[in-house]
Amino acid sequence: MVPFAGWEMPVQYPQGILAEARAVRNKSGIFDVSHMGRIFVEGADAQALLNWVHTGDIGLEMPLSRARYGLLCNEAGGIIDDCIIYRLSEQRYLLVANASNTPEVLTWVTRWRDERFPNVTLDDATNRIAMIALQGPDAVAVMATLSDFDPATTRQFRIVEATIQGKPALVGRTGYTGEDGVEIMPASADAAWLWGLLMEHGATPAGLGARDVLRLEAALPLHGNDISPETNPLEAGLERFLALDKGDFCGAVALRAIQANGPARQLVGFQTVEKGALPRAHSGIVVDGQRVGEVSSGGYSPTLDRNIGLGYVPAQSVSPGSRIQVDVRGNLIDAEVVRTPFYSRPR
Amino acid sequence: MPIPADRKYSKEHEWVLMESDGSARIGITDFAQTELGDVVYVQLPGVGDTVTQFSQMGEVESVKAVSELFCPISGEVTEVNDAVVKKPEVVNTDPYAEGWLIKVKVSNASELDSLLDAEAYGKLTGEG
Repeated sequence: MVPFAGWEMPVQYPQGILAEARAVRNKSGIFDVSHMGRIFVEGADAQALLNWVHTGDIGLEMPLSRARYGLLCNEAGGIIDDCIIYRLSEQRYLLVANASNTPEVLTWVTRWRDERFPNVTLDDATNRIAMIALQGPDAVAVMATLSDFDPATTRQFRIVEATIQGKPALVGRTGYTGEDGVEIMPASADAAWLWGLLMEHGATPAGLGARDVLRLEAALPLHGNDISPETNPLEAGLERFLALDKGDFCGAVALRAIQANGPARQLVGFQTVEKGALPRAHSGIVVDGQRVGEVSSGGYSPTLDRNIGLGYVPAQSVSPGSRIQVDVRGNLIDAEVVRTPFYSRPR
Repeated sequence: MPIPADRKYSKEHEWVLMESDGSARIGITDFAQTELGDVVYVQLPGVGDTVTQFSQMGEVESVKAVSELFCPISGEVTEVNDAVVKKPEVVNTDPYAEGWLIKVKVSNASELDSLLDAEAYGKLTGEG
């Protein structure tokens, strides 16, 4: 167990990180992600408030039960957090934030509520409801067996109020592993029971270590590593999550300017030519003998049996196929820039 | 996993097994591999290198973290376990046998006296 944003979190369970990661790729795994912030946003101005703070299109026409991934940016376009917003009803939304950013997200959203969108209630339900991510090729079928969850109607990036053996839970068809799956939000009092039930149905408990391996293989950014208030979504390769044509929103002016001029640097994926010492966050990236950037996330990929990583380099300095080197504790390790994601699930 | 009584241990969680020819086989303990988790990279000295007791001789890296390897006894490296270099997970699955790391021609056998026996090592790690 390790301290993590005020929570006690398991890095791994007895099977170990790689076995847990393989279970998620091949069958199903469960992650206790109750540390993530769950904030209900409700009221006549909820849609307008969320459309202002979030880079995605949270328009009036966003269908009920739809989920939208995007960024909360400051006025300079820096990334305060990456969040999923779920539309639960006409005027009720759920915002899920990263654990370590939840206080800042609450402060940020409250500030805009107070300044511009007063008719909104913000309800931090993080301690009241738990969150268990059930992920993997078997995940959705397991969920359908245990509840009234219907994968045919609750497709990817949707949310539904389900009943699991008589107990209610919000079930979003989202995740952070690159696999199909659900994120289940029962009352906190039901969390331990649900965890046991999912284990009985073949799900392998998986910790923070496996979660990091899996999200890196899927090239899903980790706030604090790959994105931060000092990075913007364009250099992070997240342009597709910017609804730059939706009208005014927080950070839009800065983001449009960065888009017009082109970002100064870019986040790229790489894999090492041979196995060996692992590239990790803050390892230097070297091109033609010059240190040009830094690894933001790196590690071993059990699915590819290669060492992989993400890092920032000057814009247009490399492209897929380019040779780079990674400085791991003074040793220069040969690597190749590759397209991301490193892993895509078979469809 | 029981701690083998046929060898000596360092406080840094390496073991030394004296062989009949007077050389020493060296590895890391079950406690060490459990703490490290899945080992994915092992960096070892080369054959002919001189290693010194309690000095760094390489690294062992798991998915979680990198850890320095200290040599429990001084001498000259006579053999390196290529099987472990190619398949580092052997350190996890069989730390006391197939997962050995190097063999050393011992230069000063009295250094063994500064190492722990299995019972003392078990007390150190709470396994005894």
